[in-house]
Amino acid sequence: MACMSTHELDARRLLCPMPVIKTQNKVKELSVGDILTIFCTDPGALSDIPAWVRINGHEMLSAEQSEDELAITIRVNG
Amino acid sequence: MAKQHKAVALISGGLDSLLAVRVLQEQGIEVEGINFYTGFCVEGHTHAIRNHDKDKKKRNNALWAAEQLGIKLHIVDVIEEYKDVLLNPKHGYGANMNPCLDCKIFMVSKAVEWVKENHENGFDFIITGEVIGQRPMSQRKETMPIVANESGAEDILLRPLCAKNLPATKPELEGWVDREKLFDFSGRNRKPQMALAKKYGFTDYASPAGGCCFLTDKNYSDKLVDLWKGRGTREYEMDDIMLLKVGRHLRPKPEYKLIIARDAGESKFLEGYRKQFTNIQALSHNGPLTLVDGNMPDEEIEIAAGIVARYGQGRDAAQVEIQVSIPGSEPKKIQIKPLSMDEVLEEWHV
Repeated sequence: MACMSTHELDARRLLCPMPVIKTQNKVKELSVGDILTIFCTDPGALSDIPAWVRINGHEMLSAEQSEDELAITIRVNG
Repeated sequence: MAKQHKAVALISGGLDSLLAVRVLQEQGIEVEGINFYTGFCVEGHTHAIRNHDKDKKKRNNALWAAEQLGIKLHIVDVIEEYKDVLLNPKHGYGANMNPCLDCKIFMVSKAVEWVKENHENGFDFIITGEVIGQRPMSQRKETMPIVANESGAEDILLRPLCAKNLPATKPELEGWVDREKLFDFSGRNRKPQMALAKKYGFTDYASPAGGCCFLTDKNYSDKLVDLWKGRGTREYEMDDIMLLKVGRHLRPKPEYKLIIARDAGESKFLEGYRKQFTNIQALSHNGPLTLVDGNMPDEEIEIAAGIVARYGQGRDAAQVEIQVSIPGSEPKKIQIKPLSMDEVLEEWHV
């Protein structure tokens, strides 16, 4: 059985929907159970990435917002 | 057991595609959505940049629509491929730089590719929210077969909202879809769609028939044409597309233009381009960050600085200290008298 692994995606400076597209493409390379943290600067990602996660059956783990940056962590489901 | 036929729907995030999907879901058809990002989509971008848009709802309408419908959505980056659609549209442009008919053909052809790739998973037809007569260029009785033929979709392209005004397609002829339960909408009247939205319980949907593409916007199209003219070539990169959405654009000389932030939000956005562009900003007063696109001759520096001073809080001061930073060189500081309103010539504004 494959081990769960953690990954990071740099989507800083990209405007929506590019962070979502990058997330979608990255998730295609990952396995079920893998954890992905997306770093982005467009505040729109705070609604778009969770929406993409919900409709595609993945799982939101956290969304942390600092002054200039977002860190959104998701778990890949099947 | 009968095969479960599935459809892929072009989802723009507007009302028509939302309804087209729901009409098929009512018939038990499983649908997934596909949305193409050309770089010119209005979605979010400037909302995320400008201060006065900070309170606007930041949502991607295609994702929102998919969530309302309970369908998966595939967002596809077609920025590179789309260049050929924009630069060489076989069917020409609309009122501005909008190649709407070629764009529709391109998107349906991409959906055809997707269906071929996903045929094994049961996908065998495509739906769109097109309505005859809805759009002057791309949604007319004459263009419906053009889209179907030139995209390669032929009879697997179904338009549930106006299907009864068109010849039956394969999904109807094969009995996968009940044609009698499809619609015969036509024209620009939105009332039938609004009534259907009400019936299905959709509220808060994106502005019906609203433009979702910057290329239909005159100001944006003018800036794009100016960019090509200024460079002597019709090429563009993603950063060019983004920068046309931001700031006040002034071209004092054919060789260069200034992109002047209109508020703190835009200044912050332009900060990300400091390393790529010569940039100008006031030091002695608050003022907008300004990027220089093109090759600004040395003798133009004072004019450009005077313009930048004009758009800052030092506009009425006798002198403003301005910093001009050229990537890879030491920033230069100059004292400049801001240009008066009359000295900023009308024809400089792009």
